[in-house]
Amino acid sequence: MSHIPVVERIMSQHDRVALRNRALLDERGVHAINVMAAPGAGKTCFILATAERVRDRLRLAVIEGDLASSVDADKVRAAGLPAVQINTGGNCHLDAIQVGQALAQLPLEEIDLLLIENVGNLVCPATFALGEHTRLAISSIPEGDDKPFKYPFIFANVDVLILNKMDLLPYIPFDVDAFCRTVRGLNPDIAFFPVSCVTGEGLEAWVEWLLQRVQRL
Amino acid sequence: MHELAVTESIVEIACRHAKRAKAKRILRINLVIGDLSSIVDESVQFYFDFVSQDTLAQGAELTFRRIPVELVCGACGHRWNPPDADWVCPQCGEREGRVTAGREFYVESIEVDT
Repeated sequence: MSHIPVVERIMSQHDRVALRNRALLDERGVHAINVMAAPGAGKTCFILATAERVRDRLRLAVIEGDLASSVDADKVRAAGLPAVQINTGGNCHLDAIQVGQALAQLPLEEIDLLLIENVGNLVCPATFALGEHTRLAISSIPEGDDKPFKYPFIFANVDVLILNKMDLLPYIPFDVDAFCRTVRGLNPDIAFFPVSCVTGEGLEAWVEWLLQRVQRL
Repeated sequence: MHELAVTESIVEIACRHAKRAKAKRILRINLVIGDLSSIVDESVQFYFDFVSQDTLAQGAELTFRRIPVELVCGACGHRWNPPDADWVCPQCGEREGRVTAGREFYVESIEVDT
């Protein structure tokens, strides 16, 4: 028996594909955001609310990841945005290969901002880089303020966190300060925006941050 | 269920290194997994038995070396292993913990028959 040292990151092959996606996006001047959240946190609503507020300044497109159906892509197209639907066929996350195939279907020269809606899941998507410039997670008030304790990896690994459905705060026990403290404990550099996609509360601050980031990166 | 994709990757890496060494078969794959990686050992083992079929890794043993999360406090420099996700420095009470260990996710080595 002989021992062979390897020391190779398990995700190294996959991440190479992600880097290729990133290079293509950079070359075409597209800023990509990986939008991750549990099912029902409001990913599609948040994407539409964001699009509505930036579309006069940025040209947008959306990649929709779901196990099945084109419900979300249909919604996004109905709002007048180019959208590509990826059906993962049971897989719990998008991977860089699927995103690479979706990129080939988009007119990248005509896009400034690409929003990639990942499969609804707080666990698996965090492991798979897609080639994005910004990693974004959405939590929502009805999910409860204990989620950072239960899913620390995703909260520790995103650039920006949206706390959605703030309009429900009067009806649901949720300690926003404690939530925010826990998240900052896991990720001191995280940008944090409490918003409501129904009332529009907080979206202006998020959009301002987004526009600055797109310009900078 | 992303353990399937992860397991395929583990088998690919192990087989590539084994082939390079002209090994006949892989007896053991030693993995290092930080506790921040959302991977369930049993699930990887479960998929491994399928994914490794008809490869050099078939029948190999998987070992998991788990690395606990370690933080260093940005305020006072204290190093500690947090018992849960409440990352408060036990020395100064600040929440300035930076991760220094726990994100590991790699194949460390393989044992082969040559």
